[in-house]
Amino acid sequence: MSVSLMSAAAVRPALRKHIAAPIASYVRSFNSSATSNMANPAPPDNTPAKKEPLYKTFEIYRWNPDTPAEKPILQEYKVDLNACGPMVLDALIKIKNEMDPTLTFRRSCREGICGSCAMNIEGGNTLACLARIDRNASKPLKIYPLPNMNIVKDLVPDLTNFYKQYKSIEPYLKQKTPPTDGKENLQSIEDRKKLDGLYECILCACCSTSCPSYWWNQEEYLGPAVLMQAYRWMADSRDQFGRERRDMLQNQYSLYRCHTIMNCAKTCPKGLNPGKAIAQIKKDMAFD
Amino acid sequence: MAAPVRRSGLQQDVINLYRACFRAARQKPIANRSHFYTFIRQQFRQHTLKRNDFATIEYMLRKGRKQLETYSSPSIQDVHV
Repeated sequence: MSVSLMSAAAVRPALRKHIAAPIASYVRSFNSSATSNMANPAPPDNTPAKKEPLYKTFEIYRWNPDTPAEKPILQEYKVDLNACGPMVLDALIKIKNEMDPTLTFRRSCREGICGSCAMNIEGGNTLACLARIDRNASKPLKIYPLPNMNIVKDLVPDLTNFYKQYKSIEPYLKQKTPPTDGKENLQSIEDRKKLDGLYECILCACCSTSCPSYWWNQEEYLGPAVLMQAYRWMADSRDQFGRERRDMLQNQYSLYRCHTIMNCAKTCPKGLNPGKAIAQIKKDMAFD
Repeated sequence: MAAPVRRSGLQQDVINLYRACFRAARQKPIANRSHFYTFIRQQFRQHTLKRNDFATIEYMLRKGRKQLETYSSPSIQDVHV
């Protein structure tokens, strides 16, 4: 037993040598850069070189419901952009962590998939996590909550009505004749393609709150986000209540308050086009 | 007979809400009704608002309506101030 082990050990170094020799010669030929071309080594304590601080002013809408008689104000914060992430949400989190813990805003995923951090940044509705900070420090960056919404606190709007409207369009699959084998609803690739550009909506309410029609008729008009979801279910080949869904919108307000202003498509942080979906509903209703 | 008091729409809204609150309180068990009464009065009196401060009054109205919606549900039996 011990003899065979020893013989194996004796063979192995010889094998390794044969393979390793040509590789070593290649490595030497690739290693051609002179040390003078290399970057200077890091300082001995291994801390990266500090950048000059670049302070930008953030003007943020503040309003506290505990003192309702006080008017809302724009509060200024100076943030060092070189010690902060690139997005507006990073700056907001930095302000909340380091300067003012009373600053209130919604956020969750920080990558544009949850839709929590929708707010009005530099005059346009967008997600704070997808909006880059303008590095020009001479101009202040203004942040307001979504326009024409009731405010809960600071940057947090009251979306109760928005969600109620979403609920009212019954955003789920409804069928008269479920599949007979009781298993799944099959769909062709072409039918699935019809849902592209509709299903990606994250209901951040950016489009609805940028729509002047929605500003003036929040209670009656459903708004672009909700209408696009309504169309998402009308367009679905598996849903069999398309006509009933359209009938529900057959009144002066729910749908026809859309005057194709198209602020919705302009502002959508996901690059969708609710205006087009609404136009499709109108067209389908004309043919019904 | 004296002429009826003329009220603005907002004043009427506040009065309507106040009455709706007490109407909801009357649906609660008799033993707990006084708790609701003190709660409602306290909610209406805790802020001294100027009568032309419309934005604040509208906010308080919204808040009051939301509270009313919550405690008018039959599952809520008692309130503590």
